[in-house]
Amino acid sequence: MAIFLTKESKILVQGLTGAEGMKHTRRMLAAGTDVVGGVNPRKAGRDVDFDQRTVPVFGSVRAGIEATGADVTVVFVPPPFAKAAVIEAVDAGIGLAVVITEGIPVHDAVAFHAYAKKRDTRIIGPNCPGLISPGQSNAGIIPADIAAKPGRIGLVSKSGTLTYQLMYELRETRFSTAVGIGGDPVVGTTHIDCLAAFEADPDTGLIVLIGEIGGDAEERAAAYVAEHVTKPVVGYVAGFTAPEGKTMGHAGAIVSGSSGTAEAKKKALEAAGVRVGSTPSETARLVLDRLGKAGGTA
Amino acid sequence: MDLFEHQARELFAEHGIAVPDAEVVRRPADARGAAERLGGRVVVKAQVRTGGRGKAGGVRLAADPVAAELTARQILGMDIKGHRVRAVMLARPVDIEAEFYVSYVLDRAAGTFLAIASAEGGMEIEEVAATRPEAVARIPVDPAEGVTEAKAAEIAAAAGLPPAVVPVLRALWRVLVREDALLVEVNPLVRTTNGLIVALDGKVTLDGNARFRHERWAGGEGEAGGERQGGGEGGVDPDMDPLEAAAAAKRLNYVKLDGEVGVIGNGAGLVMSTLDVVAGCGARPANFLDIGGGASAQVMADGLGVILSDPAVRSVFVNVFGGITACDAVADGIVRALESVTLTRPLVVRLDGNNAARGRAILAERAHPLVEQADTMDGAARRAAALAHAG
Repeated sequence: MAIFLTKESKILVQGLTGAEGMKHTRRMLAAGTDVVGGVNPRKAGRDVDFDQRTVPVFGSVRAGIEATGADVTVVFVPPPFAKAAVIEAVDAGIGLAVVITEGIPVHDAVAFHAYAKKRDTRIIGPNCPGLISPGQSNAGIIPADIAAKPGRIGLVSKSGTLTYQLMYELRETRFSTAVGIGGDPVVGTTHIDCLAAFEADPDTGLIVLIGEIGGDAEERAAAYVAEHVTKPVVGYVAGFTAPEGKTMGHAGAIVSGSSGTAEAKKKALEAAGVRVGSTPSETARLVLDRLGKAGGTA
Repeated sequence: MDLFEHQARELFAEHGIAVPDAEVVRRPADARGAAERLGGRVVVKAQVRTGGRGKAGGVRLAADPVAAELTARQILGMDIKGHRVRAVMLARPVDIEAEFYVSYVLDRAAGTFLAIASAEGGMEIEEVAATRPEAVARIPVDPAEGVTEAKAAEIAAAAGLPPAVVPVLRALWRVLVREDALLVEVNPLVRTTNGLIVALDGKVTLDGNARFRHERWAGGEGEAGGERQGGGEGGVDPDMDPLEAAAAAKRLNYVKLDGEVGVIGNGAGLVMSTLDVVAGCGARPANFLDIGGGASAQVMADGLGVILSDPAVRSVFVNVFGGITACDAVADGIVRALESVTLTRPLVVRLDGNNAARGRAILAERAHPLVEQADTMDGAARRAAALAHAG
């Protein structure tokens, strides 16, 4: 099962012929992902050869879907063109759009999120590493070899590198799906969306929730955990030492006045019964501890 | 990027919102002439990108041009919450009958913009919202529709504002959208005794991600042709910390902090986490520096250069998890960086993930006396903290 992405997922890559698109398509294919096509209006009709297969390039997302039955798109299109690319995918009826691109103007993101909400497309990102269901499919740039085999931990994180770090620490325990939701102020899929999906996923036994300063997504997620999640949740929050008013790398990672602090997020999560690690390693130990108590069933 | 009040005022005027007549001066001697042109009696307002100017004495009325020069002399150079006053705006006073508050802000959770409006302007809106929440209207705006006549009327009615503000609400939305702003705020928006609606003070935050489609943001403060920009690559912001300015010039993602352990890492989340782990070891991080995915020798050298030019730094912690980046490439980067940067303080390196063994071997072979390696992030942080305290 896993969430959002399974071995049945058929994937298009918008921007496949660019440097990033080529590099990561190669990696996605190597991880067993069913990449069925690329999209580039200027290179329609060409084929791109990879080790595993030859991937056709389509002139539009719609043409790609019609020819292949694709249900997921991974977007590597540069910021000035990303909004049009996402809206094109939504119009073509894609089920899931994973937007890797960093640096998309907020007004563009607001516009395509609002557009997708009125239709049937889930957006993950932007400014995210994508998601991986190990052993099944990898949509984005998460290195599949960190934890290559499927397991029962579900992970959701704003940060790519913290996702990699936790996957590495828990590589023996393994994951059902890890989702990097992105570090921008406005993202399409939230911690809560992932919590709900993991709660419903029979293959997920424990959820790791990684947050960072800025906004109140973690506080909202905590309230959701208290109300709706029966599976054990272990948390981690980054940015306790971040000063007020400074953007810490991610566009959305900023403490504004007294809001968006790591301390408030940690407290909210703990009040909802989530054990929160003080470092990534301690977080991994809490997961193992929790799994041990559950008799290894998770 | 926050704009100065006078820059916000210009934007408002460009989009058809009435603003007071005003001039900006940077030298007290220029204030007298400006005041004369504005009719003699003026309000002298410090131009700093922070709130609370009034309470700090940065906004004062001057009765005539001589008083304006004296007042400008007092305000220029003042320090308001760590911001030095480098310019004052002289504005012709208006006779106020009523003060309102209007803004559009990004609602991160809803993923859209929110109109906030109140008939109780002039104060901090947070205070009004805290004490009298019913006095503050919060209306979501559909980005596809924007602020139509009907939407503006709805916002005005919800906040108890007169219908005369409707065109201002619509113009302010145009400022938000066309200028790629994340926040536009007018406080106070006033009705004058002769019935005009005037934006008396404003705040605008621009979206740095939209820089590519706004050519006029390119210049820095004080440079000819473009004052509309608050730092970042390209422009030099005089309010910026010198180390942050040096890092920005090299396009490094760097934030100065006030500790003694320099930190370099890859990925914003991991670097934030690294700072916390260093703090957990009883030391204080000296900076945030995210070198991103590539981690080339040049970026590593630039990053080390900036960190080592901070005299407060006693040790440096390089924390890399090789996800896409291979650790041997990072190790090569460090070795080559050591050729161009003179290492004057100890460097603790933790490499994990992709090709970590090869990366560690490369550093071991280089055997620089001030470079040591640690197996784990926590262990490396403890070591860097200990070295900072020992040095």
